[in-house]
Amino acid sequence: MSNNVSPGPQPHETDLGQPLHTPIKRRSFFMYAGATAGATALVLAGCKDDDNVDPNRIDVGSGDGGILNYAYALEQLEAAFYAEVRKSAYYTASSTPAAIKQVFDDLALHEAIHRDFLRAALVANSITPLQELKTDFSSIDFATLNGILSAARTFEDTGVAAYNGAGRYLTNNTFLGLAGKIVSVEARHAALIRDMITYNSFVSSDVVNTFSPTLPANATTAYNGEGTASLTGSGNPVPGAERSRKPQDVLNSVNNYLASNSKLSANSFS
Amino acid sequence: MNLFKLVSDLEQADPEFLDRINPRRRVFKYLGNAGQKVTAAAVPAILASFFNRAYGQSTTLPADVQKVLTLALQLEYLEFHFYNTALGITGLIPSSETNGITTIRNDEAGHINALRGVLGASAPAYLVTDFDYSGGSGTGAGPMATALVPNGAGNANGALFFAAGQAFSDVGQRAYKGGAPTLNTTATKDILEAALNIHSVEARHNSHFRTVRRSIVANSLGSATAPAVAPYDAAPKSWISLIDNGGPTAPDNSKPASAAYGAGVPPTTYPADSNVTQAGIPLTTAPFTYTDAAVSEAFDEPLDPNTVQTIALKFTSAPGKAKGLFQQTF
Repeated sequence: MSNNVSPGPQPHETDLGQPLHTPIKRRSFFMYAGATAGATALVLAGCKDDDNVDPNRIDVGSGDGGILNYAYALEQLEAAFYAEVRKSAYYTASSTPAAIKQVFDDLALHEAIHRDFLRAALVANSITPLQELKTDFSSIDFATLNGILSAARTFEDTGVAAYNGAGRYLTNNTFLGLAGKIVSVEARHAALIRDMITYNSFVSSDVVNTFSPTLPANATTAYNGEGTASLTGSGNPVPGAERSRKPQDVLNSVNNYLASNSKLSANSFS
Repeated sequence: MNLFKLVSDLEQADPEFLDRINPRRRVFKYLGNAGQKVTAAAVPAILASFFNRAYGQSTTLPADVQKVLTLALQLEYLEFHFYNTALGITGLIPSSETNGITTIRNDEAGHINALRGVLGASAPAYLVTDFDYSGGSGTGAGPMATALVPNGAGNANGALFFAAGQAFSDVGQRAYKGGAPTLNTTATKDILEAALNIHSVEARHNSHFRTVRRSIVANSLGSATAPAVAPYDAAPKSWISLIDNGGPTAPDNSKPASAAYGAGVPPTTYPADSNVTQAGIPLTTAPFTYTDAAVSEAFDEPLDPNTVQTIALKFTSAPGKAKGLFQQTF
């Protein structure tokens, strides 16, 4: 556990390290009990000789800075992916349509801008930026359009769910506003990539909680939201809306595309 | 979904949550019984009832939060009735696009369900007749009058209908973005997260409308790979490039959606979509080498509620205005 690299201040860890002098209220006790159980599980997991558990994970940190670094990590990954796409056998083939190349050119620019902006914003706010991450894209097929689109869909959908799930941890509304400005662009990307894979799949039940309305009988009947929802996932799911994901859940997916010395954790945001 | 986790999260965010929904805290008994019986379909109703009881009363939901959510609800009704009406008009929507518009209509219905769940039963409901989809502020003779007329002026293949859908969903995503900071209070973090989850779906819808509009121009309906054509008013990218040359052009050659891409009030907080400086960092000057277009595309901008209402009032009929639609004081 002590191998975690902490790029920013970590008040939560400091708090946990202090002796509990004050009496624990009844309700608080269960919180601590839960946290202890979780921490115990983590320690035990760390003892396993398992390739999936890397004690050298880089923690994104805590507080607003931790969330900004988390976003910076995701944007680094996306920017690196589209840079690879533009060097790929598919993209460089003379038969690749100009309109598709234009899409990948735009996506590469947008993600590079997000990455560079977030790094600059971290520095401007005196928060140490996460290191430059090493990627591992060995599982991605860069030779075919399908292979590239499939990976792009994963990155974009994950990005949207990540920003949506991270917003609640931000206390600074300037940062929340910036996250909002970026996430809708990620959602635009995701919708186009999905439409390119299967037309009209821009919002499907794997990313959005679908809703079947019971429509009003006629123009004079009020519609009060009647219908049947399919709600799954964490993060206050509501009908017709994206399924947000918690930071560590996102990172468990994202780590598949990061090299062994660049895998991430978000221990402060459970 | 873990209802216990939700209640515990809510209680952490708002220590009075349990008291709000049930002063005697019998909620756990209720949940324990319900957990064995409820089907997935019943969950939203239960959830909605929780939020109603916890936050549905105007006395407990902060006034500014309630206003932001009410504006969001009004915008969802604007969109829902527009798409629902279009789906009922034979020959308006090309067959390749029916599934997509049905999906969008259903999502908006879900958003109405979600927002009413938070606002409570006293939340306003609006009829299709409360809106003027011509953009004529109630005259029925605005520049978008043919958007719901099959093969009407400028509306071959539903081109004007999709243009209106693009404008509505862009106003929607900018409005949610503008409202998010108001929802960011300790007691309303779950409402914030729900709003963010709706916000990104509006952006997905918008991306699709733009894809459809490109395919109409390229005569390749049902395909997502038609080229965008500068200056992007008729065949836009799936993202907003600068201000898309003012957005779609109406049959009378006006630009009825230009305010949807322009600046709000104050413009320092709500800049036009062509903005290239974020958090005081200019992204088109050294050390950066990005173009204005690329930077503007990489960020969507928020819009303030008053500007949103000014835009939306053009799509409000006399009956709608009489109900106070899009006339809240912010």
